[in-house]
Amino acid sequence: MEKNLVLLLLLTPFVGFLFNVFFGKKAGKNISGIVGTLAVTVSFVLSVYFFMQIKEVAEPIKLFDWMSVSNFKIDFGILLDRLSILWLLFVTGIGSLIHLYSISYMHDDENMHKFFAYLNLFIFFMITLVVGSNLLVMFIGWEGVGLCSYLLIGFWYKNQDYNDAAKKAFIMNRIGDLGFLIGIFILASLFSTLDFTELKEVILGGTQNGNVFWLSAATLCLFIGATGKSAQLPLYTWLPDAMAGPTPVSALIHAATMVTAGIFMITRMNFLFDLTPFISNIIAIIGAVTALVAASIGLVQNDIKKVLAYSTVSQLGLMFLALGLGAYNVAVFHVITHAFFKACLFLGSGSVIHAMHHEQDMRKMGGLRKIMPITFVTMLIATLAISGIPPFSGFFSKDEILMTAFHFNKPLWIIASIASIMTAFYMFRLIYLTFFKDFRGTEEQKHHLHESPSLLTFPLIVLGILSLVGGLISLPGNSWLNHYLEPILANKHEEHHFGTTEYSLMAIAVVGGLIGIGLAYSKYIKQAFVPKSDNEITGFSKTLYNKYYVDEFYTFLIVKPLNGLSNFFRETLEPALGKFVYGFGSVANGIGNQGKKLQSGSIGLYLFAFVIGVCAIIIYLFLAQNIA
Amino acid sequence: MNNILDHIGIENYIFLSVLLFCIGVFGVLYRRNAIIVFMSIEIMLNAVNLLFVAFSTYHQDAEGQVFVFFSMAVAAAEVAVGLAILVSIFRNLGSIDIANLKNLKG
Amino acid sequence: MSPILIIFYVLAAITLATAFLTIYSKNPIHSAIYLVICFFSIAGHYLLFNAQFLAIVHVIVYSGAIMILFLFTIMLMNLNKEDEVHKPRITRLGAIVVFCLLSIVLIAVFVNSKTIVGDYDTTGEDFQSIKKLGTVLLNEYMIPFEYASILLLVAMIGTVLISKKEKK
Repeated sequence: MEKNLVLLLLLTPFVGFLFNVFFGKKAGKNISGIVGTLAVTVSFVLSVYFFMQIKEVAEPIKLFDWMSVSNFKIDFGILLDRLSILWLLFVTGIGSLIHLYSISYMHDDENMHKFFAYLNLFIFFMITLVVGSNLLVMFIGWEGVGLCSYLLIGFWYKNQDYNDAAKKAFIMNRIGDLGFLIGIFILASLFSTLDFTELKEVILGGTQNGNVFWLSAATLCLFIGATGKSAQLPLYTWLPDAMAGPTPVSALIHAATMVTAGIFMITRMNFLFDLTPFISNIIAIIGAVTALVAASIGLVQNDIKKVLAYSTVSQLGLMFLALGLGAYNVAVFHVITHAFFKACLFLGSGSVIHAMHHEQDMRKMGGLRKIMPITFVTMLIATLAISGIPPFSGFFSKDEILMTAFHFNKPLWIIASIASIMTAFYMFRLIYLTFFKDFRGTEEQKHHLHESPSLLTFPLIVLGILSLVGGLISLPGNSWLNHYLEPILANKHEEHHFGTTEYSLMAIAVVGGLIGIGLAYSKYIKQAFVPKSDNEITGFSKTLYNKYYVDEFYTFLIVKPLNGLSNFFRETLEPALGKFVYGFGSVANGIGNQGKKLQSGSIGLYLFAFVIGVCAIIIYLFLAQNIA
Repeated sequence: MNNILDHIGIENYIFLSVLLFCIGVFGVLYRRNAIIVFMSIEIMLNAVNLLFVAFSTYHQDAEGQVFVFFSMAVAAAEVAVGLAILVSIFRNLGSIDIANLKNLKG
Repeated sequence: MSPILIIFYVLAAITLATAFLTIYSKNPIHSAIYLVICFFSIAGHYLLFNAQFLAIVHVIVYSGAIMILFLFTIMLMNLNKEDEVHKPRITRLGAIVVFCLLSIVLIAVFVNSKTIVGDYDTTGEDFQSIKKLGTVLLNEYMIPFEYASILLLVAMIGTVLISKKEKK
């Protein structure tokens, strides 16, 4: 019974995908949308069911034997333990909301059935990633979500820029995947198993503690994989470009689900990362630096979705900071709250873009709060959450991260706090520029402005409420989430003892957020500052606006040499190879031409050859025996 | 009866036979007239026959001469057929110069 | 120098000389005549070996039948005058070279092989009279004997067929 339900959970989105691929066009837009949404909702209901039945320790459910080579065995199995069910809940939950949203958002698009097909396929792969019982099944899901990300970013394929963005995302993901694979290989060779429960037993058994070098290599490679998937330094530049995809895609994949795969993987393997403190330090540093860098770029961006993209990178950096410091439960908490408010923000921006008829530049918006009240209120709630204002959910999770950072590594705490202040600043900048003051767009756009239909606003409302109350799952001092995750984590962190240090840290964080909001208010409301148009930006702002020229740097360092190499191969090597291979034919031809002269047809020549041949044979048989 | 090779010696016959054979080969390669080529082939056959008979006497064995017997039969048949072919060629080509028989050129 | 040796040398000289002249002469009729003389000398060699039957058969078959065929064919093709174009110089040179090469090779083979010179078999037993020859021929070599007759039959039929004039 269990096994059948698990299979149903896994395969329903896949069936939705198949339906939309084969019958989507015929079924029409509404039916394909409804089928897609239903498929994910079924998975959500099943995840809730499994959540109700959660046990302390879960046994992996084996579907079938996959491969076995001497003592190395991998089955295709499903592990529904506490961590995977938690992830399933918010992946399928937010997924269903976004499917609902897409029915209305993508209604004008002619390829809507394709969109739902891809979305369902994505959910299927994400579920595979999350419920896999060993690293290899997780890797299938890992690759699959990368593929769906590519398909969905390049959904409006007629625009070449979008195709390039999709390619960039896929290739950067791939680079990370190489690291992941190497990590898998190292682990397989060290432990002869990739199953999570077995790995946990072997590693906690403590026999491998002397082999720190290889363990560090494995964790470093796994982290590189996480870097690619979760957009950390240096593999983060694909995420802002991925905003080329439709907004529901950005909300689902690049805010709530796919980018959290890296964090999921590291949390799953927490027992391994605990053994390599050096690598964990590196993870923490990279996370903090990414948070700061991305926040600084987000300060001057003018495209509403790009601001949100950099904000995602920054928040992911904070999550990796927590992971690097060993506080896995804190990172998971922030993942959940971030999923709520970031999805809400993206869907809200989608609603704004929809009203503005696909205009995304904030400099052309303004004063929308009277026209779109629901969108405004939900986005305001989500922004307050991300800025870390109590009692919204973001406050609790971000505060835990900052407290952990303060306890373990004070310089990182400073960096993270600066990043948080910047986050508050630019998020409120977004709100002020979009919703306050007067409308700065064209007259025609002004006439068309309206509040979005209910299918768009309903998910916004749900996510807004979740952003408001999501903090309840892990209140300081009484954290349900920490108790829930205890069987998963190897080291049990003691709960923070709430003394004056902790309360003053909380106060500092809140004050920092308020400072950010205040600065934004003074600049954009009081002074009514509007960002300049592109060619008027100068100085350090220009560097920030151009993302520190990192893309150009990558192009110079990697893309151009690769292109040069390809050109070299095409211009020089391939013709040379062609000539070489063709040369064989020419040589054979030449030999044949020379040999043709032997067949001159003249009998005299043949007879001549006869006699010479007989001489040769006689010499060989009779005379040459005596020599040597 | 004495073996005649007591007096003459087998090496003499070997040299004679080899020389005759080589003259035959020389004739095949040197001349362009098909008839002369045929005649050279007959010379070669005869050289071999001579050697067979010499060795038959050497080993006091009749089998050498039996072989010569058959060799002659075959030579006769071969000449007959060969000349018929030659006549045929002459009818078609007008001459029996072997340099004209180049249809197998490839 | 026993007389037999002298006879041998004379006969050998005639054989080689006529054989060479066969090839060398320009007129095909002359070549044929020289060849006949060559065959006669070889018959003489056979007589030296006391192979009378073979000598007679040789004369009958070769000089009597084969050379007559040759002569008829030559006369049929009217090749009296010979204006044969010689082969290119290099081919002729090659032929001479090959001739020398082949003779050297064959003689070398024979010289290198260990010929037991010395005691020749002299059993005194009759090994080659017609009687003996007939016995051997018709006892052990019966089947080739019969096949030889078939061969000749086939050759005859073939010859007639090939040289038939095509009906226009």
